[in-house]
Amino acid sequence: MKIVVCVKYVPDATADRGFNEDGTTDRESVDSLLSELDEYAIEQALQIVESGVEAEITYLTVGPDDATDALRKALAMGGDNAVHVNDDDIQGTDALGTSLILAKAIEANGYDLVICGMASTDGGMGVVPAMLAERLGVPQVTYLDEVKVEGGVVKGRREGDTATEQVEASLPAVISVTDRTGEARFPSFKGIMAARKKPLESKDLDDLGIDSDEVGLSAAWSTVDAATARPARTKGEVVTDEGEGGVQLATFLAAKKFI
Amino acid sequence: MLDHRLEEEHELLRQTVREFAQEVVAPVIGDYYERHAFPYPLVQQMGKMGLFGLPFPEEYGGMGGDYLALGIALEELARVDSSVAITLEAAVSLGAMPIYKYGTEEQKQQWLPKLCSGEMLGAFGLTEPDGGSDAGATRTTARLDEATGEWVINGTKCFITNSGTDITGLVTVTAVTGTSEDGKREISTIIVPSGTPGFTVAPGYSKVGWNASDTHELSFTDCRVPAENLLGTRGRGYAQFLGILDEGRIAIAALATGLAQGCVDESVKYAGERHAFGKPIGANQAIAFKLADMEMRAHMSRLTWRHAASKLVHGEPFKQEAAIAKLYTSEAAVDNAREATQIHGGYGFMNEFAVARFWRDSKILEIGEGTSEVQRMLIARGLGVGA
Repeated sequence: MKIVVCVKYVPDATADRGFNEDGTTDRESVDSLLSELDEYAIEQALQIVESGVEAEITYLTVGPDDATDALRKALAMGGDNAVHVNDDDIQGTDALGTSLILAKAIEANGYDLVICGMASTDGGMGVVPAMLAERLGVPQVTYLDEVKVEGGVVKGRREGDTATEQVEASLPAVISVTDRTGEARFPSFKGIMAARKKPLESKDLDDLGIDSDEVGLSAAWSTVDAATARPARTKGEVVTDEGEGGVQLATFLAAKKFI
Repeated sequence: MLDHRLEEEHELLRQTVREFAQEVVAPVIGDYYERHAFPYPLVQQMGKMGLFGLPFPEEYGGMGGDYLALGIALEELARVDSSVAITLEAAVSLGAMPIYKYGTEEQKQQWLPKLCSGEMLGAFGLTEPDGGSDAGATRTTARLDEATGEWVINGTKCFITNSGTDITGLVTVTAVTGTSEDGKREISTIIVPSGTPGFTVAPGYSKVGWNASDTHELSFTDCRVPAENLLGTRGRGYAQFLGILDEGRIAIAALATGLAQGCVDESVKYAGERHAFGKPIGANQAIAFKLADMEMRAHMSRLTWRHAASKLVHGEPFKQEAAIAKLYTSEAAVDNAREATQIHGGYGFMNEFAVARFWRDSKILEIGEGTSEVQRMLIARGLGVGA
């Protein structure tokens, strides 16, 4: 079978991130890397193969030139090959447009199972997996904490606030996995060396039969109008215990609706 | 042309080990250190990452990398913690390397795959209570019992890293095996598997630093191992460990560089956060200049160990460069650790702060794998002066 893992090259979440004047992500002033949340998707794909399922793993990203770094890192962890969709006209594309590009690239590659992270660490919308399933016309099983592939079916566990669901879908399907699926492995040096020799294919919009009018900032359904920097952290409230400390703490927590 | 850039795979390795050190080692190592406990889960994970096999070929379970790769991993680990770094250094360059360099094909097949995977640790028994760098003073003896075809080993080794863990599989021991024709004592290296009767591991030392690493005194009392456990050629023990130590110096230099850089990392952070008299202490020139000097030493350290490693990897003579790197970086590490502690003030004297660990871990770098005095002796000799 064929597994496609969608990965995103994002500005480092620990750096001081910002936007360009047109509201698009500023990629110049901070380093970018493979989204940490997508590492969980990669790990699950590798574990599916290690569990005995015969599958070819393809990583797919849509991004600028150096987004290949994200693909090389993924390939260093394991897997077989990668596809990089890169086109100047893609800049400024929103989630809806991204899902179109991904869907076309996935169809061109062929797939039985598409695995996504639960959200990106930059946009953080978490909508792409659902949009992707809709575009591909296949079932979606999102926010899985546990994944298993058995006999043409993908099964998983989804923890909600009030219930734990056991969900499954027949393949082909799109799933997204959470950061509770288990820590992703670190690549070994052998893996890093091997990754350099694994096929990495670059495609543009023409290759995928996408009109440039369908994507980019001008076609976006959602745009960033304004952004305000997060306010600096303020000093916390200090409770001095003069016999009433416990009550004061409880009152504070209740006021903030923690209890 | 001189190129300061790392190859892509070395840079990716550096980033990977950096991430591992920050995310996995940093949060837990202080606790192991306090308890003087060996961090088995960390070692296991380092094994999975292939760190123990870095400079060895794939046919023996290695990663097909080189000594530069090992140095890069050591530097990034030591930037966060030296106990895990020295565990890796000793396992690879002292434990597995002698077997790879001098072992028979059979010995390599038997030991290297497990050593490369990190499932098993090897140790190197050279130093004795009465002699370290003066290897000619070796008192441990090994007599070949012709009747049984066994070496009979007697003697004591001290300060031996990785020699008493649950996963230690062997110790290579230097011993006097006779007298050569010109009357000199003949030294050979012999593999002693853990658990061999007559081989006793003393309880761990109480050390000033490196407290999450494993160090023991070893004693051998009529300890018998098969004649084929001889490593390499009989009588070549002295030349063998000189070769091992030359390379090991580069590894220690990389480790010292990591510690020196870790001091900069922690101090820059602290100097920006800690306020005194209404401004961050880093705004004071006295502190800012300290930091500048520390960064300079860390940077120079990196250049010097990488230069020595580059010569080694390219098959050029590197003895002099290795001694210079070991001497410079270890002194830089001690200087940086002292200044980092000073910048941290009272907190720098508290064990829960990383710089306190750095301070305690730095001194040994001027001692292990040849003291600073021995390095100066070697460098002077390289210049054709001195004894």
